[in-house]
Amino acid sequence: MNKYYLGVDLGSTTSKAVIINEHDEIIGRGITNTRANYSVAADIARMEALYNARFSILKKNLEGEKTAKPEYNKYITDLENSFQYIQFKIRIDKLFHEMVKTVKSFLSGKLQGDVLDHVNSIFFIIEPKIKQEYLFGKLGSKNQFFRDIVSEKYNEEVGKADISLFEPLMTAWDKSITVAENEVIDFNFGEIIRKAMETLKEKYKSLPDSTPGDVSVNFDAEMNILKGNFTEVSESLRSHISDVANLEFHISNMTGTGYGRALLPFPQECIRSEILCHAFGAHAVFPETRTVLDIGGQDTKAIQVDKYGLVTSFQMNDRCAAGCGRYLGYIADEMSISLNELGPMAMKAEKEVNICSTCTVFAGAELRELTNLGEKREDILGGLHKAIIMRAMSLIARSGGIFNEFTFTGGVARNPAVIKYLTRLVKENYGNNIKINIHTDSIFMGALGGAMFARRNIQADLPSVKKEKAGVN
Amino acid sequence: MSEAKEVIKEKSMLIQKEMLAKLFRELSTAKESGKKVVYTFVPGNLTELILSFDMLPVYPEINALQSGMRKKSAAYIRDAEKIGFSEDVCTYVKCDIGMMLNGNSGPTGEKLPAPDLLLLSYTGCYTFMKWFENLERLYPGVPVAMLHTPYQEDGKITADQIAYMVKQMKEDVIPKMEKVSGKKFDLPRLSKMMENSAKSEDLLVKILESAKNKPSPIDAYFAGVYYIGPLFTAFRGTQEAVDYYNELYKEVQERIRLGLGPVTPEGELKEERFRLVVEGPPNWTNFREFWKIFYDMGAVIVASSYTKVGGVYDLGFRHNPKEPLESLARYCMGCYTNMNLPQRVQLLEKYVREYKADGFLINSIKSCNSFSAGQLMIMRELEQRCGVPVGFIESDLVDPRYFSYANIKNRLESYFQMLEQRKIILERESQPAQ
Repeated sequence: MNKYYLGVDLGSTTSKAVIINEHDEIIGRGITNTRANYSVAADIARMEALYNARFSILKKNLEGEKTAKPEYNKYITDLENSFQYIQFKIRIDKLFHEMVKTVKSFLSGKLQGDVLDHVNSIFFIIEPKIKQEYLFGKLGSKNQFFRDIVSEKYNEEVGKADISLFEPLMTAWDKSITVAENEVIDFNFGEIIRKAMETLKEKYKSLPDSTPGDVSVNFDAEMNILKGNFTEVSESLRSHISDVANLEFHISNMTGTGYGRALLPFPQECIRSEILCHAFGAHAVFPETRTVLDIGGQDTKAIQVDKYGLVTSFQMNDRCAAGCGRYLGYIADEMSISLNELGPMAMKAEKEVNICSTCTVFAGAELRELTNLGEKREDILGGLHKAIIMRAMSLIARSGGIFNEFTFTGGVARNPAVIKYLTRLVKENYGNNIKINIHTDSIFMGALGGAMFARRNIQADLPSVKKEKAGVN
Repeated sequence: MSEAKEVIKEKSMLIQKEMLAKLFRELSTAKESGKKVVYTFVPGNLTELILSFDMLPVYPEINALQSGMRKKSAAYIRDAEKIGFSEDVCTYVKCDIGMMLNGNSGPTGEKLPAPDLLLLSYTGCYTFMKWFENLERLYPGVPVAMLHTPYQEDGKITADQIAYMVKQMKEDVIPKMEKVSGKKFDLPRLSKMMENSAKSEDLLVKILESAKNKPSPIDAYFAGVYYIGPLFTAFRGTQEAVDYYNELYKEVQERIRLGLGPVTPEGELKEERFRLVVEGPPNWTNFREFWKIFYDMGAVIVASSYTKVGGVYDLGFRHNPKEPLESLARYCMGCYTNMNLPQRVQLLEKYVREYKADGFLINSIKSCNSFSAGQLMIMRELEQRCGVPVGFIESDLVDPRYFSYANIKNRLESYFQMLEQRKIILERESQPAQ
């Protein structure tokens, strides 16, 4: 039986899970927003990673057939989207019932009736909209998590309702979302995949026979194949899908890391510091790395590692949010734009406005002041991104500097403006010969390191002592 | 977090406790008994000289740390800030000033007498000078004697520097002491005391060096601050101090014979897992919690720089009865914070090697410039020279606002895991491939 290893990184903002195989290859990734209930966040991330792993295996199993049937690629991508939609559907139904229950509990009379009518119609409108976004892959990177996806649409609809209903509709939301979000739903992979295939069948059926002129011919052809072939999924594909659905997934060992690690329902010896995990993960992907910078939601770490991936020293900013990911979140809130739009907007900066404030909260005031003075949003954002990196540079200097290869990890590594300024400043400070690594899986580096520790069965069980020498698996 | 559990007290601890209680009793009745009181600092103190005039020393920074340990410092600091001391001023100073503003009740609750002499022997810390300027204003009319200690910029103590310091003692410090105490300077008495000083110093070195044993019978940082107490403060040169160190040394020898680890407030450390060298003063407001984090991890501090602030005796210096004033001068200049940075690095490197430490850790104090300056350089040098994992944590002396238990614990946990993993992986690497 194949052995798999799990790493869960419970961060302050997001919870990540990674599953690797015996060759240290990532086969499953899961991510969700961290919430008050840490164990739910960990469970959701883990389950997502497990589903993702089944899809990875499915794709791998289809390798041979894909050359002959290229449309399989498109089908599997669609299937994965559809699969996510079905999960979403189950959760949004729960949310709807929770909302109804909540409204009944705190409102009465005519107002209750009005609010219920609105909740009904809002969900009636937003659910199909979101379904479309899932099925046609239009969700984009803008919203990742259940809460964000639904709240965006919900708020939009509430805005259209009568102002007198604003307060009760928002109260109903606030009281219900946490409950719905924190419910652990045990999805059955086989069942969901069956439903996902049904949904796809409908989707393909409803596709128009010809597409508007602006769509590429290529796409048209692919769609036509799908329409033709996938009203009934071929037997061979169906059997592959049912194989992975029935696959027995054996997690041989696991490691929990991140700020919430002590709260994970893991045995003590499976808990590991995120500093070690980030370093180990980054080192595994880029073995020549000697310096790792991790910008997380609520702390920033500059880590020096040796040739084994072991940490030799680290410096940490855990006192001030101004150098952390949360700073960007705060600025996004201040500007009423989504976190993922910040970076691209900052990329349009023609200059970097000097941001003097080193405090996250006061940066908000400075932002408004600068806007009043006529500075462009893009230029202010450019300055803010640069300010974060300046902070990180000082931390890197404290930790000993950069000598050869440098790897950047953490959720912030997805932000193109952060990468731009980081690259610029690293080169300015340490020369053009420094190799800078930024992996697409940057945000998963901690969880990956955790999974790799689990595979190696390196126990650092503190404080209880178990001296048995760990054997290589 | 630790709740008061019965703390094991060895005989030496009880002796020390009694010595301190007696001193504070004497201080509280000094005005009635006619004893004169000298306020002075621990690093580079002239305790034998003070005692030779039958005067009593008061060390403001010891009062401050005691107030910190007794959870009184937050209120004192707040009061000092109320009258205008900035957030960034040394918290020992603010705690001390706050204590005086609140009636100058010492750590034991007994009232501390006002000073009859302010003896500023400032060693490696320029804040001391500002501190005493404030005390001078708080106690107008009290004479101030200033002993300037040259910094060891070139890493050595020269004959000229010694002559310069002896001159200050002869021309300023001693005449002022004679005037305040009404007694003549008694050189033979001072020499006699120095014999006791040297005896205590010999014993302290043996005690601190016992940490070279595996397991170490002592913790040279957390327990170390108690061990240095009598010698670094009011008892150097006394027979009481010699007796205390004899008793303590006996206890340590017994622990070595039995192969026992250090005594901690949580009980005896059963298994020594990590040996560390620590640089920087401890945090006092959460001292026991802080120590417990190390205890829980099985970490023993085998050597520390903090236990050298009142004298670096393990490099061979002893007070010399034959040259009392000259040896006081040498002593002042030789204190840890008066050593230049290369000397400090060298000393710490020696500790890591000779005490076979697994790691080097810095507790950086927010409000202490004399310790914090150069620490990052020290850390990097130690990492390169010794190849041991280095760690860095931040807290403060006596301002509880700067002690974040969760942050410190998180960093220390990561640090100990670093040490643990290094052991495991290096062990594997040294084995032939399977």
